[in-house]
Amino acid sequence: MSAIGLRQTVHAEWTKLRTDTGHAWLLLGLVSVTASVSAAVAATTRCPASGCGQDPVRLSLTGVSLGQTIAAIVAVLIIGHEYGTGLIHTTLTAVPRRTTVLAAKAAVVSGTVFTAGTAAVLASVLAGRSLLPGNGFTPAHGYAALSLTDGPTLRAVSGSVIYLVLVALLALGIATAVRDAAVAMGVVLGLLYLFPLLSHVVTDPGLRRHLAQIGPMPAGLAVQATTDLRHLPIGPWAGLGVLALWAAVTLLIGGTVLRLRDA
Amino acid sequence: MRGLRVLHAEWTKFRTIRGWVLGAVGAILASVLFLLAGTASTNQSSTQHTQDAATLPVGPGGEAVNDSFYFMHEALTGDGSITVTVTALTGVLAQEPGHTSPGITPWAKSGILVKQSLEQGSQYAAMMVTGAHGVRMQDDFTHDRAGLPGRPSAASPRWLRLVRAGSTVTGYDSADGVHWTEIGSARLAGLPATVQVGLFTSSPAAVQTSGSRGGTSPAVATGTFGHAALGGPWARGSRPDRWQGVQVGGDAGTSGSYAENTSGAHTQTGSGFSVTGAGDIAPVVGGPTLGPAYAIENFLVGTFAALIVLTVVAVQFVTTEYRRGLIGTTLAAAPGRERVLAAKTAVVVTVAFAVGVVVAAISIPLGRQRAHATHFLVFTVPRAVELRATLGTGLLLAATAALSLALGAVLRRSATAITAVVVTTVLPYLLAVSGVLPAPLAQWLLRLTPAAGFAVQQTLPHYAHVLTVYTPASGYFPLSPWGGYAVLSGWTMLALAAATLLLRRRDG
Repeated sequence: MSAIGLRQTVHAEWTKLRTDTGHAWLLLGLVSVTASVSAAVAATTRCPASGCGQDPVRLSLTGVSLGQTIAAIVAVLIIGHEYGTGLIHTTLTAVPRRTTVLAAKAAVVSGTVFTAGTAAVLASVLAGRSLLPGNGFTPAHGYAALSLTDGPTLRAVSGSVIYLVLVALLALGIATAVRDAAVAMGVVLGLLYLFPLLSHVVTDPGLRRHLAQIGPMPAGLAVQATTDLRHLPIGPWAGLGVLALWAAVTLLIGGTVLRLRDA
Repeated sequence: MRGLRVLHAEWTKFRTIRGWVLGAVGAILASVLFLLAGTASTNQSSTQHTQDAATLPVGPGGEAVNDSFYFMHEALTGDGSITVTVTALTGVLAQEPGHTSPGITPWAKSGILVKQSLEQGSQYAAMMVTGAHGVRMQDDFTHDRAGLPGRPSAASPRWLRLVRAGSTVTGYDSADGVHWTEIGSARLAGLPATVQVGLFTSSPAAVQTSGSRGGTSPAVATGTFGHAALGGPWARGSRPDRWQGVQVGGDAGTSGSYAENTSGAHTQTGSGFSVTGAGDIAPVVGGPTLGPAYAIENFLVGTFAALIVLTVVAVQFVTTEYRRGLIGTTLAAAPGRERVLAAKTAVVVTVAFAVGVVVAAISIPLGRQRAHATHFLVFTVPRAVELRATLGTGLLLAATAALSLALGAVLRRSATAITAVVVTTVLPYLLAVSGVLPAPLAQWLLRLTPAAGFAVQQTLPHYAHVLTVYTPASGYFPLSPWGGYAVLSGWTMLALAAATLLLRRRDG
């Protein structure tokens, strides 16, 4: 059975994903939701005078906080749906090496979310570039037009795409571990949103800072910051690293559970 | 009867599936744990306050109040009247440390006062000039009436008069001391025979509205008065020149502060006085003027954890039937499809309401106890408001659970349905309160999306006569508690209608 390697498995997973029209709609949703929320925020934020303290790049990427949930759904369904329908038995009979199955699923999810995420993030930046100058984000107020040739902007843009991929991988790991799409989605959404909600209530600035450093969403989204970097609880790449760690740990747990338990 | 049987069948399904019962119990546990994590920190700045600063003064209506001002007063018995001219209201602001500039806050107050006692929170009625809101009559903290517009000057002074008759105090103003206008009368049931009467000045701190949460800086005001004339029985034996000056409350309270090298004082100027003071006589509101303190809704933060868990349970309550094909059996046993949906809704609504009320009933006292242990102020609200927040938490979870169930029936894919509920309730709230969005956009989010329903937990009061930053980032919803809840309920009704329609049209 060792004849079935990673490449065939990836191809098999890709075929499963490609032929399910639901996924195509989800990916389309990821792009349109992210871009439209970003555009709505860019269209309504005003900068009446210089030094208005806004981060135009981060504002134009606000849609990612909504788009990430669709990336998570894609990942949860690719595994949760198999458990829901019993298809997992067929998959594991065809490819008995379970880590190979998980690796193939991770590869397919990463690839599709990366593609959709790139489109979503670029559309968001484009919207910000055309809308923000009309709202006072002008060179006179200290804001140059958004451009990918600017180092920090490029970091925020590429970081946001990686952020979406990592959130999908985090969701994949959780879905593999809990084996139920609904519960997995609940856990993912809780992990993402409960940290920032908690830090809104916490009155101690030190504790609030720590929450922003360890929460997958606040830490990961630090990569979107382009202004006032010194006051961030965590650096842009370090924050993304925290999210990567979350994704790696959940994938590890998911992989272990998959290996040790009966399907 | 058949309806009851369907309901009983659905209830049996719910209670016999261990995961769902565990989910309901887990929702309560998760929310309490969440609260404990949120209130883990100790107040670092509590040393500035006295050790007993963990409580705010409470007004006659049970609301938290600021009652800190400079008061030149005398105890007077029986009925009587006090009349005075105000020729100026000036002040200083300390926007940068160590430097003051002339200026006045909009609700700096100076005038005449009849008060039950010198205790903070006791009943009162006052006539005053203000920094930017003309002459006002205020009583018992929450009542405010407008009189003559504009600020007084030597050329155009304001005449103020208060008349006490039993438990009624009536306020008048005049531009010339000849033609008087009655502004209103206050019924102060608790007024004893002997009351404190005199001249007062207060000034809340200046509020900066820049940034999503804003900040404050010290502000001090000075009112210049002419001769204070007492009438009726009060006139006998009273000597305004011997009146005692005192800072009621000891300091300027939570919403005010004296600038460096300033303090409450009075000086004789001709036949009158000038009276300098800081602080405020007004209900406490949230935002930058409150400083580090907990409001009841902060203790209810665990609602979000419970909401996510209940969403999962409610969505599964319907999607599991589709997945296992049980829906065919269910609909064969009870062919009235609307009735099945109604029975399922009734079950999740009841469970979610119970979970919400239990979460609130545990969280509020527990949070209050945690706050006392860590030396934080807790924002006091009337009993009825606290009860509304408690029952509102139950209703909030009930409505979101019904929304989840309906979306589960419409979308039939649990992951999608759960996400749809969470991103329309939790995410808009999160974006609005975290201050990443500009305030107008945040307010529209909390008017239009189901997240508007969280307004039912808001206990921070809004008063037109108290200045602060009334934005979502400082805890203020754009809609009233029940108005916001109506928006959420509207979305739930819409989703239930769509679910009914689709269930009727689609095959099992």
